[in-house]
Amino acid sequence: MEAVDGNAIGGLLQEVFGIEMTDAASVCESCGADRQVAELAVYLRAPGTVVRCRSCDSVLMVFVKIHDLTCVDLLGLAALG
Amino acid sequence: MAGTALRRRLTWQVAKVSAVTVETASVRTLTLDVPDWPGHQAGQHLDIRLTDEDGYVAERSYSIASAPGEPVAITVERLDDGEVSPYLTDELRTGDDLELRGPIGGYFVWEPENGGPLLLLAGGSGIVPLRSILRHRERTGSTVPVRLLYSSRTLNDVIYRAELDQPPSGVEVIHTLTRSQPPGWSGYARRADAALLAEVAWPAAAMPLAYVCGPTSFVEAVSQALVQSGYPPERVKTERFGATGGT
Repeated sequence: MEAVDGNAIGGLLQEVFGIEMTDAASVCESCGADRQVAELAVYLRAPGTVVRCRSCDSVLMVFVKIHDLTCVDLLGLAALG
Repeated sequence: MAGTALRRRLTWQVAKVSAVTVETASVRTLTLDVPDWPGHQAGQHLDIRLTDEDGYVAERSYSIASAPGEPVAITVERLDDGEVSPYLTDELRTGDDLELRGPIGGYFVWEPENGGPLLLLAGGSGIVPLRSILRHRERTGSTVPVRLLYSSRTLNDVIYRAELDQPPSGVEVIHTLTRSQPPGWSGYARRADAALLAEVAWPAAAMPLAYVCGPTSFVEAVSQALVQSGYPPERVKTERFGATGGT
């Protein structure tokens, strides 16, 4: 499966965080890579939506939707926003 | 970024299709009447949501094809195995309702004050947000010089062909056709790689701003070649949409 960009989940991120997030900064907890959210690698068809670091491929964020509830895992990030 | 529009809560709403335009055999532009549209920036996208009779929901993102101030329009390429695009290109008619939310995105956007020169690089339906940027430039009276390199499989796959054949002053449109070329074709006939970019891209010394949109393989090849030729990575904005469209 090929990755798309953080742009592709702009709507989902806005739903979760309440503001536009694709131009927010993010820092990978694993390798320290500093990138705008729009530049992260997004896998839409994983179980849930998986966002990975473009430098070290670590999982940064996972979003899983269950009915109207979105479960959010941000443990792969050292910083966001 | 443009404050109020971005702090507003993003909610689903029902739009009405006001026109359907045939662009190519597999591509349609849907012009939408969106009652509560806060306005958008060139390069932004919107989400479409389809709900079938048993409640199954599919959502997809589509780039906005129109300039800020124009009626909202999206241009959709039919993917034969797609869950959403065949409905949008084949079933939807003028007057039908469509659920959407937007505008979305603050990264792949261009405003006249961002300047240029602009290098726009499109693979297949990656042309869509770049067309919004081109129209926005024209409508705002910007004189920023633009070069557009547009990679398509064949001439019949070129979206917005008539519009791109009559570019406004200061806009150069360069086509490359990667699969087949009509007799007498004088444009390029190869993939957008470092060698082709060396011929058509603004030199890095001109401090250009590049927007690259297309399938993942196209975006990666082009953006890497630009950075290797000296473009600062932060001046190369990318939008990948997976292995879907043709280049």
